[in-house]
Amino acid sequence: MSARPKARRFRWHIVVFLTPAVLVYTAIMIFPLFNTLRLALFTEVDNVRVFVGLENFRTLFGDPRWSESFWNALGNNFWFFFVHMLVQNPIGILLAAILSHPRLRFASLYRSAIFVPTILSFVIVGFAWKLILSPIWGIAPGMLDAVGLKFLFAPWLGREEYALTTLALVSVWQFVGIPMMLIYAALLSIPGEILEAGEIDGVTGSSAFWKIKLPLILPSIGIISILTFVGNFNAFDLIYSAQGALAGPDFSTDILGTFMYRTFFGFQLQLGDRHMGSAIATAMFVIILIGVCLYLFGIQTRMRRYQF
Amino acid sequence: MNKALRSPFNIFASHAILLTYTLIALFPVFVILINSFKTRKAIFREPLSLPNADSFSMIGYQTVMRQGDFFLYFQNSLIVTVSSLFFVLLFGAMAAFALAEYRFKGNALMGLYLALGIMIPIRIGTVAILELMVASGLVNTLWALILVYTAQGLPLAVFILSEFMRQVSDDLKNAGRVDGLSEYTIFFRLVLPLVRPAMATVAVFNMIPIWNDLWFPLILAPAENVKTLTLGSQVFIGQFVTDWNAVLSALSLAILPVMVLYVIFSRQLIRGITSGVVK
Repeated sequence: MSARPKARRFRWHIVVFLTPAVLVYTAIMIFPLFNTLRLALFTEVDNVRVFVGLENFRTLFGDPRWSESFWNALGNNFWFFFVHMLVQNPIGILLAAILSHPRLRFASLYRSAIFVPTILSFVIVGFAWKLILSPIWGIAPGMLDAVGLKFLFAPWLGREEYALTTLALVSVWQFVGIPMMLIYAALLSIPGEILEAGEIDGVTGSSAFWKIKLPLILPSIGIISILTFVGNFNAFDLIYSAQGALAGPDFSTDILGTFMYRTFFGFQLQLGDRHMGSAIATAMFVIILIGVCLYLFGIQTRMRRYQF
Repeated sequence: MNKALRSPFNIFASHAILLTYTLIALFPVFVILINSFKTRKAIFREPLSLPNADSFSMIGYQTVMRQGDFFLYFQNSLIVTVSSLFFVLLFGAMAAFALAEYRFKGNALMGLYLALGIMIPIRIGTVAILELMVASGLVNTLWALILVYTAQGLPLAVFILSEFMRQVSDDLKNAGRVDGLSEYTIFFRLVLPLVRPAMATVAVFNMIPIWNDLWFPLILAPAENVKTLTLGSQVFIGQFVTDWNAVLSALSLAILPVMVLYVIFSRQLIRGITSGVVK
């Protein structure tokens, strides 16, 4: 590289290589993203677009007609995320820890089977669980009855107090394969010498997991957490498939994605409002950005990366 | 070797946990599939038993075939997925090559710019994307979806592929240059074949989210003739909510193509994830 002459012709091929990707990415992703942020500052009066500054946000956060829905959706979204962190990641880590035992038989079979729900679309998952949990069909109550727990059954998706948690657990069911795979990969990359050294010092079995492996897979857990965060605050499909755009019962499963969709397209008697929709999208953008920054500057930089 | 592994109790417990979870993971799919082949009565009377001579029925599939244009939906999904993957891989590899191979002013900045989209979901820009598609007349065309998915897939593709292209030996490329090959020939003939495994990984990562997406088909291409399979089954099921045979059959038909793809590509997918490209 250094031997190249200083004065050289303009290297057109670099431009040719970069242009298609940069063009599509800029036009379809970056430009609309900023345009959406810009549209949030406007409103429509008699079919004319008027600049109103931060007025839309004042409405969204302060006007009871809007703010109630917004804070409800935001709170639900945090609960949705909380359930994922609390259930999905521990199950994923447990499964990965078991799978990573070097002499376990059928490991790849288990791995492939557990990953199956992850590849299904939200439409399939949403409807399949809706049918299974339905009191009309009776699979869930029948199975609970078989183990003598029938009294536990309730039409979970139809009850305000359970519906959101049920959907979060369905989503956990669907995505447990991803943390499982990533942690599994991280566990496999831990060199045997480290574990053997621990064994010589008498650290084996579950204490080897807590004292040696877990600290080493913390970076992967960090990545999974941020992926889950971005995915959850951007979620829409599952709620829409299972409960419809109204995120029933009585908006108890409404999250930011469904709230934005309803606002943008309108529902029942309310007309769609693209500027309020943009304002909600902007709020989502800011939330995701805060999460990503917290991860990048708060968590990732403090975590030591081990190079083997 | 780990002592704990040798204990038969631990081995038994490991298999018990994994087996339990495998059943939880597969049970809903299994229930949907077996019931789609039963009569309405049998669906309700014995939801957990396999279809037998008495309860076997294809009535659900007949309704689906009569009412919904599933072949068209399937074809649309296939066109959108394959074209998007093609553009993601072609454009992504070209940009990755430029970033990995040449030193130029703004290289790092360009890399950062293209990486922004890894963390920021494209859905945030939906309002403006719809305006853009309306303005350019692409609404209700498959092109709208292909463009969106291409833009969505590019950031991660460039990121992963440029990591791999940095590992391609300089000697090989320089030997090509000495032989008078153009930079384009070097890229297409020498480098691309060497990063094929990485390209396959990128393709598999992108394939399933594109195939399964509901949001953009719903917003950008809801017309009957451009519906994707995911949107098509969603709408169909919504209309036939009370016809359990039809709903179960439609679900099974929607599961089928993804399962086929998964069986073909699961090795690639799992190898891709576990080889740590997502670090």
